[in-house]
Amino acid sequence: MAIIEAHGLKKQFKSGKTVVDALCGINLSVAEGGIIGLLGPNGAGKTTLLRILTTLLQPDAGTAQIVGQPIDTGSAAIRRRIGYVSQQGGAEAAATGRENVLLQARLHGLSAAEAKQRVSELLVGFELESIADRVVQTYSGGQRRRLDLAMGMVHRPVLLFLDEPAVGLDPQSRARLWDEVRSLHRGGTSVVITTHYLDEADALCDRVAIIDHGQIIVEDSPAGLKRTLAGDVVRLGIRVDELEQARTLFTNQAFVRDISCEDEHLRLVVEQGETALPQILQLVNDHGLSLQTITLDRPSLDDVFLHYTGRSLRDA
Amino acid sequence: MKVLRETMIIGLHSLRVALRNPLTIIVGLLQPITWMLLFAPLLKNLPTTTSFSATTAINIFTPGMLVMLAPITSLFSGIGLVTELRGGVLDRLRVTPASRLAIILGKAGRDLVVLLLQGLILVLIAWMMGLQIYPLGILVAFVLLLIVGLLMVSCSYAFALTLRDENAVASISNVLLLPLLLLSGLILPLELAPGWMKTLAALNPLAYTVAAMRALFVGEFNDVAIIQGFAVTAGLALLALFWATRSFRRSFA
Ligand SMILES: Nc1ncnc2c1ncn2[C@@H]1O[C@H](COP(=O)(O)OP(=O)(O)OP(=O)(O)O)[C@@H](O)[C@H]1O
Ligand SMILES: [Mg+2]
Repeated sequence: MAIIEAHGLKKQFKSGKTVVDALCGINLSVAEGGIIGLLGPNGAGKTTLLRILTTLLQPDAGTAQIVGQPIDTGSAAIRRRIGYVSQQGGAEAAATGRENVLLQARLHGLSAAEAKQRVSELLVGFELESIADRVVQTYSGGQRRRLDLAMGMVHRPVLLFLDEPAVGLDPQSRARLWDEVRSLHRGGTSVVITTHYLDEADALCDRVAIIDHGQIIVEDSPAGLKRTLAGDVVRLGIRVDELEQARTLFTNQAFVRDISCEDEHLRLVVEQGETALPQILQLVNDHGLSLQTITLDRPSLDDVFLHYTGRSLRDA
Repeated sequence: MKVLRETMIIGLHSLRVALRNPLTIIVGLLQPITWMLLFAPLLKNLPTTTSFSATTAINIFTPGMLVMLAPITSLFSGIGLVTELRGGVLDRLRVTPASRLAIILGKAGRDLVVLLLQGLILVLIAWMMGLQIYPLGILVAFVLLLIVGLLMVSCSYAFALTLRDENAVASISNVLLLPLLLLSGLILPLELAPGWMKTLAALNPLAYTVAAMRALFVGEFNDVAIIQGFAVTAGLALLALFWATRSFRRSFA
């Protein structure tokens, strides 16, 4: 069953005379237990989509079902089961970290004792224990972000929305965040995560949707996305006098999509690198070619992103 | 039941946070206290053509200052709410299943407790300046203070949620407040006013609040102004609360 099922979501913002089409008909389906990454440049509509799916914002058009319930800005049934860590956080600066998380727990219906227990557990998990009783005003950016995450997970939601959770986190904290998300996932939580970090989408998500100008341009598994783009690239270092012979040989192979010469290298584009390599080696052997080097390059998500949006995420 | 529980949770949390900073209470008190110290003494020597007499001057002046606390405190609350809106704090509360009414009521509850503490300090100062105490009157006056506080805080929240800008909230409050206060007989009783001003004041809800408060402070418990004051203030407070909750529900669509 799908935990998110959205059809034709549209949202327009008017500020003064200018009109912004933030979402122009989003269709999205997320399977229960999945982790989906929303990848898109600034202003693509990621936050707007999340705010609609978390019942905070009313779409102009379209329908969506979250955890089996139709979205509606009045729906407590959805709110009980989802968690949301917004892009800007939402910790109260004048309250301590512990007070912030406790309040969130209590409003989600945990009893005082349950809340206390769960909150200390989370504070330890996010390594906030030593600063938990300081007011949030005094936190560093990354400490604050970790607190936001703790607040979003305190009630063990069935579906968790994370809007750029890793911004401002050092590599160690990011790794811990990933661990936390994975362990939630193992426990059956579905996760929607927006990110600008390709490695994050790659490492964490089983589906990635690329969103630009308020539309989902493509949606697939990270590996699938990379495959549909161009396939993998295998470079063979071959003696110059054997280059032509090799070229003829590989041109006739079914698994080779494209072939070209680069200096002393033969560049093959193949469907799937890991199955192509043994075949290539076999052929080289059978025909007595002298192979000097062999490399396999897979397209990165950045290449995919560039391909679909015409922009590189690294410049974004 | 659920609304009550959530209101308590939010209220107690907000109160604990607010009281951590004693400035919360003191800042709002500064203006009324200044009036008490630097203006009230003038009243003693007022000609006896008015209802002022040396003994009751402070009893007539204090209730006005008490009412004045309400808009001052609520102004800060409205500005604070805009800050929370910007920082995503409200979104984070809204994404919980907590009732929207409870969120507003809980925050307003904190402001009312602060108001209550400020009122107590003010009355204490007045007492040291010679206020004659009518215990029953003061008790009921504090109930009225809470009601007018709810009215002001709710209005301030509604402004905050509609305008979403600290400066705009501050400006509109200031523009509205001065005439509202001057036309309420808060500093001097309206019996000194010319006819046209009295007519205008009759349209000002705060005038009824002040009149009731004053009757309570001078021990005239049979005065019909008390009932009128309660009715007008409480009626409007409920409307304002409805308005604020509605703005809270809608302001994000
Ligand atoms: N309240 C608003 N009023 C007017 N325009 C808005 C509002 N909220 C968002 N927008 C516009 O809608 C578009 C989508 O914004 P959104 O915040 O969803 O982008 P995003 O994908 O989250 O970007 P980022 O990566 O920078 O967080 C942007 O052009 C933004 O300027
Ligand atoms: Mg965003």
